[in-house]
Amino acid sequence: MQIFSCPFCGPRPEPEFHFGGELGNHRPAPDCSPEAWAQYLHFRTNPRGAAEEIWLHIPCGELFKMHRDTVTMTALPGRALGDQP
Amino acid sequence: MTRHYSALSLLKEGLAGQKGWAKAWESPEPKPRYDMVIVGGGGHGLATAYYLAKQHGITDVAVVEKGWLGGGNTGRNTTVVRSNYFFPESVRLYDMALKLYEGLSRELNYNIMLSQRGMISLAHTPAEMEMAARVVNAMQINGTDAELFGPEDVKRVLPIYNFGPKARYPALGGVWQGRSGTARHDAVAWGYARAAARLGVHILQQCEVTDFLIEGGRCRGVVTASGAIRADKVGLAVAGHSSQMAAKAGFRLPVTSYALQACVSEPVKPILDTVVLSPGAGTYASQSDKGEMVVGGGLDRIPSYGQRGNLPVLETVLSGLVEMFPAFRQLNLMRQWAGIVDVVPDSSPILGESPLPGLFLNCGWGTGGFKSIPAGGVLLAHLMATGQHHDISRPFDLDRFTTGRLIDEAAGSGIAH
Amino acid sequence: MTARRLPEGGEVDRSRPLSFTFDGRPVQGFHGDTLASALLASGERVLGRSFKYRRPRGIWGAGTEEPNVYADATDGPRFHPNLRVTLEPARDGLDLRSANSSPSARADRLGFLDLFARFLPSAFYYKTFFWPNWHVYEPAIRRMAGLGRIKPSSAPLPDGDQRNHHCDTVVVGAGPVGIAAALGLSRSGESVVLVDDGSRIGGSLLFRSARIDGMPGANWLAAAEADLRQLGVTVLTRTTAFGIYDHGLIALNQRRDDGPDRLWRVRPRRIVLAAGAVERPLPFAANDLPGVMSAEAALGYLRRQAVLPGLRIVVATNNSSTDEVAAAMTAAGAEVTVVDARQGRRVARALGRRMVTGVVLEDGTRIPCDCVLVSGGFTATVHLHAQAKGRLRWDDARLSFVPEAPVAGLVTVGAAAGHFALAEALAALPETLGLPDVPVADSAPYDITPLWPRPGQPGRVWIDLQHDVTAKDVELAARENMVSVEHLKRYTTLGMATDQGKTSNLAGMALMGALTGRSIPEVGTTTYRPPFAPVPYTSLAGPRGGSRMNPVRRLACEARHREIGASLGDYGGWLRPAHYGSDDSAILAEAKLARAAVGLFDASPLGKIEVIGPDAAAFLDFIHYNTVSTLKPGQCRYGFILAESGVVYDDGVLVRLDDHRFVVSCSSAHVAGVHGLLEEWRQDRFPAARIAIHDATAETATLTVSGPKARATLAAAGIDADLSDTAFPHMTTRWHGSGEAALRLTRVSFTGDRSYEVSVRQDLAPPLWDRLAAAARAEGGGPIGIEALMILRAEKGFIVIGKDTDGMTRPMDLGVSGPMKAKKVDFLGRRSLFTDEAQRADRNQLVGLLPADGFGPLPVGAHGIDLSGTTPRSIGYITSSHPGAALDHPVALGLIERGAERHGQEITLHHLGQRRRATLCPPCFLDPKGERLHA
Repeated sequence: MQIFSCPFCGPRPEPEFHFGGELGNHRPAPDCSPEAWAQYLHFRTNPRGAAEEIWLHIPCGELFKMHRDTVTMTALPGRALGDQP
Repeated sequence: MTRHYSALSLLKEGLAGQKGWAKAWESPEPKPRYDMVIVGGGGHGLATAYYLAKQHGITDVAVVEKGWLGGGNTGRNTTVVRSNYFFPESVRLYDMALKLYEGLSRELNYNIMLSQRGMISLAHTPAEMEMAARVVNAMQINGTDAELFGPEDVKRVLPIYNFGPKARYPALGGVWQGRSGTARHDAVAWGYARAAARLGVHILQQCEVTDFLIEGGRCRGVVTASGAIRADKVGLAVAGHSSQMAAKAGFRLPVTSYALQACVSEPVKPILDTVVLSPGAGTYASQSDKGEMVVGGGLDRIPSYGQRGNLPVLETVLSGLVEMFPAFRQLNLMRQWAGIVDVVPDSSPILGESPLPGLFLNCGWGTGGFKSIPAGGVLLAHLMATGQHHDISRPFDLDRFTTGRLIDEAAGSGIAH
Repeated sequence: MTARRLPEGGEVDRSRPLSFTFDGRPVQGFHGDTLASALLASGERVLGRSFKYRRPRGIWGAGTEEPNVYADATDGPRFHPNLRVTLEPARDGLDLRSANSSPSARADRLGFLDLFARFLPSAFYYKTFFWPNWHVYEPAIRRMAGLGRIKPSSAPLPDGDQRNHHCDTVVVGAGPVGIAAALGLSRSGESVVLVDDGSRIGGSLLFRSARIDGMPGANWLAAAEADLRQLGVTVLTRTTAFGIYDHGLIALNQRRDDGPDRLWRVRPRRIVLAAGAVERPLPFAANDLPGVMSAEAALGYLRRQAVLPGLRIVVATNNSSTDEVAAAMTAAGAEVTVVDARQGRRVARALGRRMVTGVVLEDGTRIPCDCVLVSGGFTATVHLHAQAKGRLRWDDARLSFVPEAPVAGLVTVGAAAGHFALAEALAALPETLGLPDVPVADSAPYDITPLWPRPGQPGRVWIDLQHDVTAKDVELAARENMVSVEHLKRYTTLGMATDQGKTSNLAGMALMGALTGRSIPEVGTTTYRPPFAPVPYTSLAGPRGGSRMNPVRRLACEARHREIGASLGDYGGWLRPAHYGSDDSAILAEAKLARAAVGLFDASPLGKIEVIGPDAAAFLDFIHYNTVSTLKPGQCRYGFILAESGVVYDDGVLVRLDDHRFVVSCSSAHVAGVHGLLEEWRQDRFPAARIAIHDATAETATLTVSGPKARATLAAAGIDADLSDTAFPHMTTRWHGSGEAALRLTRVSFTGDRSYEVSVRQDLAPPLWDRLAAAARAEGGGPIGIEALMILRAEKGFIVIGKDTDGMTRPMDLGVSGPMKAKKVDFLGRRSLFTDEAQRADRNQLVGLLPADGFGPLPVGAHGIDLSGTTPRSIGYITSSHPGAALDHPVALGLIERGAERHGQEITLHHLGQRRRATLCPPCFLDPKGERLHA
């Protein structure tokens, strides 16, 4: 059971959270190339180790940013989407 | 030296104190150059090397493995083999694998203990029964064996299932595939390794690939801890770590790595005679020949490269299992582990030449890597030897993510991945 | 039969005798016995059979490491396979059967297998059974394998208990070092949980003599127990710390006398691992014979349960720990011979067939005996450290892997850290734990000389007792190049038995190292995986079964439905009336009733997500496939939400209550998903926008009245709004009443008939149901279940997402391509509608299907097939099929290749080996002009 820290609710157990994707996967312009659209839709960096991610805290409904290590599973406290890094 | 395996050679060696057996494979020094190099000494990599040698006569091949062969997902799965898929593309792929499995013990002269005990994918509601019928019909049309089971059939193959009035997951029936079953996972890796080595393939263990040799926009080999190894073509079969290798080659993949967990109980005398999957309870199980209950469930919910189990998933899976089989409350958990799998948006594998010419991909198998090993080997070998797709691998090319022509089994059939 | 109970001494209470049976024979014991000590005292030596060769086996150890003796236990109505006799207290009335034998361990039918052992080395099964195939041999091998048996007919075991706990420190192991650590940390103000898998705390103090702080060990222990109580330390005995998981979670399994096992999930700030060490066997031929046992365990049985394991005892050792064992056995009256490798004396082989009768030393000396107590040194119990990803270091003086350095949140002390002498272990505490004041002990230093299995050693030298892995098997693995430690394990199955190699792994690695010219650390260790010792499924499953598993959601009107005999079923996670009455022939009758007069349907699970705020319209324009902002207040519009992949994610009616307030209705199974999607895009793409999103599904009940008498029913139920078509046209919404009891009336139809959705605060729904039900009956109609609704909507060609669509369906496949072509602003999934795949001409499209072969309704799940090629090819499938209610023929919906352009064509269907014929048609079978909406 991992413990993640929602920036609004504090530390909570892992079943309350939902992985929202890699940070920085921006939606391209509507007229982008098929390749650019495919990169946005499907292709991922999938880092081993340090990762910047978007997570959803299900009970409060807020998305937030979180720095996590995908090998050791250490996770820094989440930051609100609007917060600067 | 006794090289051939048989009852007779076992008897002969028994009288001689088992002292005459040859090495299953050698541990040669790496050469500076091979015709072809396969990165990853799991089932898919070893099978690729074997079929390159066997079917294409290309024997100047090295399999480069960072740890010990068969030590990744090949040695960490729940050993189920099946081809109960929905789309014709998938059935052709997985049935090719199952058919090869059916002849593999003799072909490799290595008993992989293929145990076709049948598999029931249960349906618990009328809506799931309708979906089961859709899947059974698809399988029959696509040329593999399938039956739609009703409640009496389930009672016959799973007499100890929870048929009580308060069962959360009543068994209305399900998809039955009689040719499904299990195979001994280590034996598959070792059998391919031994057979490939006999044909001249070099198996290089403890040899981590740290980079690719890229010249003129083509992949010309690999860089390892013990030096560069040049090759005309390089195959990549490193499930769970495909993204890392792709990054070294300069591209990204539609892959996210997740842990997939499994566990075994203490061994007991035979009590479960088939492979059983309940999408509702989120659990599947089979009993090994040794007697252990081999149990798995869905993927973890948190992307991960940590090859270890955790409690939340274990608790969910086992609570589902004892709900299905109340007698299993008597069992004890003996060992728990996890493998790291490549999860692809459509849960189908990626086979084909990569964006870096000369580098060929075999990845993205998700939870279905073990059952497809022979096909993954044949198809990657075909790609590398001919430079062309096999008809069966063509739909699984990386280009499908750009065209949008995904092969999404979860969407089509409701089979839980 | 020379082991026996001494007349006095030990912890056992001779005034409280008990008895149980083993393989049908009575066994006497006392309160304070374990099953193992009572069995040992009974003098019976052969208590188990090995896994592969069915060799006779006796008790080896005294704890979780026991490799040999397991029993299936009948305990009243309950049944437990594979019980570890070394861990379980003896209890009156238990009926034990040795686990891997038939009919008894003493006389096992398969005992002859050992005669063929030379032909059955490790991994022999990979080398044979090719002809005709494995399936011929497998059943017999399956029957021979396995350990105990499950008994399905016994009473179900009760739910396990589960508990979460937080504290400063968990101390694993309550030997003297663990106790000292717990005391010290508790005195410094920490909350401490002290865990031990034994029935009492004290560890070695329970059977070894010691002097701590100048007093005898037993006295120190008694004082410590009092101090622990006074300090409020939580002491959990019979509790095994079996796993360390991410973020410092430690999992404990507590075996309780008064109930099922309990799983503790404890999250301490720090874990102190004081788990001790496990004694290793010595490598000599026939070292598996009954009567050969762990010297440390034997000392425990002698001092704790007053069981003397033999009268003529050989103590075979390579270390100083046995000095006390030999002395104690002598003092208890046994004749003891010490064979100490430190003095150059080593046992070459044990003699005896069913139990040990003597030993032969390497110098040829023959010593008759009835018991051999062996110590090959100790292996530090580092499992939890290694599970926590701590690294290990080989200690060449102590001959054990020990933790290299503490890992975050976990520190190892005592014998688990390689401090096998008590004085040394306690002396290390101040530095490792930062404790100022720790007890001081006097003890002899630990002294050991290597004695590993050697290549070419004569005879059968067992490495893994349970799995029958001998030194020759390790040599075979080396010969065949299975030299990596993981290959060694998997090829020979060394360490894969239920004891997980606690006594055997190191000897196997040492031998493999010797065979391949590597040191033990060069060979390395296998991965340490949880659980440390087997854990009951019930503990891990906890109280989650039956109705508590994925619990269904309940309707506010459930009691009303039950009163009128509803058959309830799980629909998308909600418990809903399928139909009323137990007979499913009611389904069609209900549908016909709704067509002829009026049907009342509980539609409460329908998703109702409110999107509120000045920017809501622009936001929903992005979310929805259809344009939303052009909707006027009070109006409704049917439409889709797409996933970014362009696939139809959900459908529903969007209601605009006023300029700034919308209700997104969605499929009942998709509420959480749609809500999440809305929030995701609001926060990601519209972070500064003035929008609030609220899921009102749970708080709002919705009752739908549909049919030609719908309007009359509403009026008769006392809803006195102006329901005329001019005041309240189709696809509009309005409020009726005010305050808490206000009703929201929405005129939309999922049946094709005039319909009104009446939404109300959920606690007010039952009386509303009563009024509407009475009114509907008065109008000649009544309640209908979801199955009848499925007929009604199918006749009209209305789809159910996830049933009539699949994970590939784009809106154009459903005949809705307007927004893709005409919508001005970007929306979710738009780009994906222009991929090659989405534009493909041969896509599966929604069609209606009618039987063309004169038989009954078309089967759901049947596939259309194209027979023009060499093999049949699926061209889509039937997704819904129902008898007609208004119509006098059955109807079906399906997704069929190029279906939209093939109306009127016949196709062949495949269903479970049978063929059917069907005609394709438009998906709307009833009233395509929509006249019934206004009837």
